[in-house]
Amino acid sequence: MAEVKKTQVEPIDRSMYDFRYEVNAAFQVDSGLTPEIVETISEEKHDPDWMRAFRLKALDVYNRTALPSWGPPLDGLNMANIVTYVRPNTEMQAKWADVPDDIKNTFERLGIPQAERASLAGVGAQYDSEVVYHNVRKEVQEQGVVYTDLESALHSDHAERIREHFMHLVPPSDHKFAALHGAVWSGGSYVYVPAGVSVEIPLQSYFRLNAPGAGQFEHTLIIVEEGAYLHFIEGCSAPKYNVANLHAGCVEIYVGKNARVRYSTIENWSKNMYNLNTKRALVAEGGTIEWVSGSFGSHTSYLYPMSVLRGAGARMEFTGITFAGAGQELDTGAQVIHAAPRTSSHIVTKSIARDGGVSNFRSAVVVTKDAKDAKSSVSCESLMLDDRSRSDTIPVMDIACDQVDVGHEAKIGRISEEAVFYLMSRGLSEADARALIVGGFAEPIAKELPLEYAVEMNNLIHLEMQGTIG
Amino acid sequence: MNCPLLELRDLQVAVEEKIILDPIDLTINKGEVHVLMGPNGAGKSTLAAAIMGDPRFTVTRGTVTLDGEDITDTAADARARKGVFLSFQAPEEIPGVTLENFLRTAQGAVRGEQPKVMAFRRELKKQMDLLGMDGAYAERYLNVGFSGGEKKKAEILQLLMLQPKLALLDETDSGLDVDAVKTVTQGIRAYHNAENALLIITHNAKILEGLDVDRVHVLDQHRIVRTGGPELIREITEGGFGSVLSEEA
Ligand SMILES: Nc1ncnc2c1ncn2[C@@H]1O[C@H](COP(=O)(O)OP(=O)(O)OP(=O)(O)O)[C@@H](O)[C@H]1O
Ligand SMILES: [Mg+2]
Repeated sequence: MAEVKKTQVEPIDRSMYDFRYEVNAAFQVDSGLTPEIVETISEEKHDPDWMRAFRLKALDVYNRTALPSWGPPLDGLNMANIVTYVRPNTEMQAKWADVPDDIKNTFERLGIPQAERASLAGVGAQYDSEVVYHNVRKEVQEQGVVYTDLESALHSDHAERIREHFMHLVPPSDHKFAALHGAVWSGGSYVYVPAGVSVEIPLQSYFRLNAPGAGQFEHTLIIVEEGAYLHFIEGCSAPKYNVANLHAGCVEIYVGKNARVRYSTIENWSKNMYNLNTKRALVAEGGTIEWVSGSFGSHTSYLYPMSVLRGAGARMEFTGITFAGAGQELDTGAQVIHAAPRTSSHIVTKSIARDGGVSNFRSAVVVTKDAKDAKSSVSCESLMLDDRSRSDTIPVMDIACDQVDVGHEAKIGRISEEAVFYLMSRGLSEADARALIVGGFAEPIAKELPLEYAVEMNNLIHLEMQGTIG
Repeated sequence: MNCPLLELRDLQVAVEEKIILDPIDLTINKGEVHVLMGPNGAGKSTLAAAIMGDPRFTVTRGTVTLDGEDITDTAADARARKGVFLSFQAPEEIPGVTLENFLRTAQGAVRGEQPKVMAFRRELKKQMDLLGMDGAYAERYLNVGFSGGEKKKAEILQLLMLQPKLALLDETDSGLDVDAVKTVTQGIRAYHNAENALLIITHNAKILEGLDVDRVHVLDQHRIVRTGGPELIREITEGGFGSVLSEEA
């Protein structure tokens, strides 16, 4: 063939996410981290006293804790340069029309209000450090469901409940970035679903980090009582800057007896983001937590949602996909602790690496001696699109009970050239053929996502694949 | 009137430095049905793949011309869009992509515009009915877990949905039960018209029943060693390749 095929990396068109507006902050703290900065944030946010004390203690833990020594390098992250708090130039609004134009345009371009009208029970939108818009359908509110920003909730009659749950599942001592989060957290969501209430359509939070060199530290606290049901969707993106941005959010989910929570995320941070996020669920007897997780963006990710199955018969399902391209090192996975009899976990993940990207999958399955008849299955498939990319599976198991059924399966593959030729013989260009194969590989995950997100994920895959063939 | 659709001139084809075909001269006119036979390993699949533009095979000499246009250096996808189709001897499995989605994508690629949803659905149903395929197959992942025979039917379904000018069928009948061979032959008849042409590779005369075969070629020792009319098929199926090859010698 006369054609010369070569692989080269083109800057892909991310204009859908990459647009940005001038930083028009009402207030921001100096970069770096000192007790003064933490106090200023606390004051700005009108924290109750216990929260101010909590922050300062967390800062202390942060200062005494070393960086993780086992994951992708964090050398590009210099905390002295990170601005931990940027307040957008608006109060939180309940009417879309009242949100300032630049912020409104941002979310409109990301399709947020459209999605709300179409298929959501409630929406929260965070811009930099604060939630700028929050709205919940009346009929959902009337069922006693609370969905608001955490700051407002701290001054409501839920204050005591928050105090009892906030960072109890993920204590600041967990790791350095949990401590950081405890010190400077801002924004996020508080969701409370009373016993027996089933929220039929999803709630969604969207996080947008606009300011360069800033950090986003939103806290999501979800409490779902006995027999209730909730589907919560989280989306995140940011425009690209040349300086490192940091995301160290925290999600804590309390799943009550026989309750069910589904938590879906499509993360598409820009490729200068350090995404060091911590997510954890505590599941009571007969309860179910379902995680659906798509990781596409960020420069470096550490993301391993943990489920603690504390009650008998509690279940977890984790369905995840990670796609790492040039310059990305995405370390993702899932962790589960079986701490009661007949608990079960089912982890299915796919990871894709191309153009020198690194996509590692870590699973940790812990079965305590109390977890008689527990069941766990882990399956991880990875697809490497070229020889320069890397994808490893790192399973850890700690089983202290012999009456358990634990399975682990890992597969690493490449796109078969025969399959590419087969599709090309049906008229598809080489790029489309490869994208179709990768899309098919991701299909079992896409199936788990709400339709708009499945479409977005497919678009992201095509976007990511475009740069592959020159 | 003879109107050449495919012309192979002095074609030499190699795989990894090893010459498999040398030389091949062949003309297929619009409206014609050609049959290609020959012993295992003679190079029949190689020839079909080379006409389709499989990058694993290198054309080291000669030309491939389609409808008067030299496509020797054209990539497979462009050949497909110009109207070449290959029914594979061993079709690939593509997990996660449903047969229906794939056919819609392929039809869009070949025609240069996305098919209309309802029209596409109707056409798909019609062709699946013709091939006696259960509608549920449309929702299954392309060839994944299909039996050997089901894969071949799915290839003919693609042929019917894409309506190429030139169809290369590589042992589409092998592995099919008696009834399935009949169905596939029906599909081929439904496809064939005065504007298109077929090159059918087979070891078995059954698939040709009810088709008007114009030329039969026997491939051996890197080249076409005999060409004749449909009577050659009987000679070969009854007397083996020895009977037809010895005349040449
Ligand atoms: N990728 C390859 N690498 C090396 N040799 C190959 C390759 N592909 C085909 N060949 C060789 O080329 C020759 C022709 O193979 P081909 O598949 O075209 O035969 P065929 O006539 O279709 O046989 P069959 O009737 O068994 O299908 C064989 O000797 C085969 O081993
Ligand atoms: Mg063959």
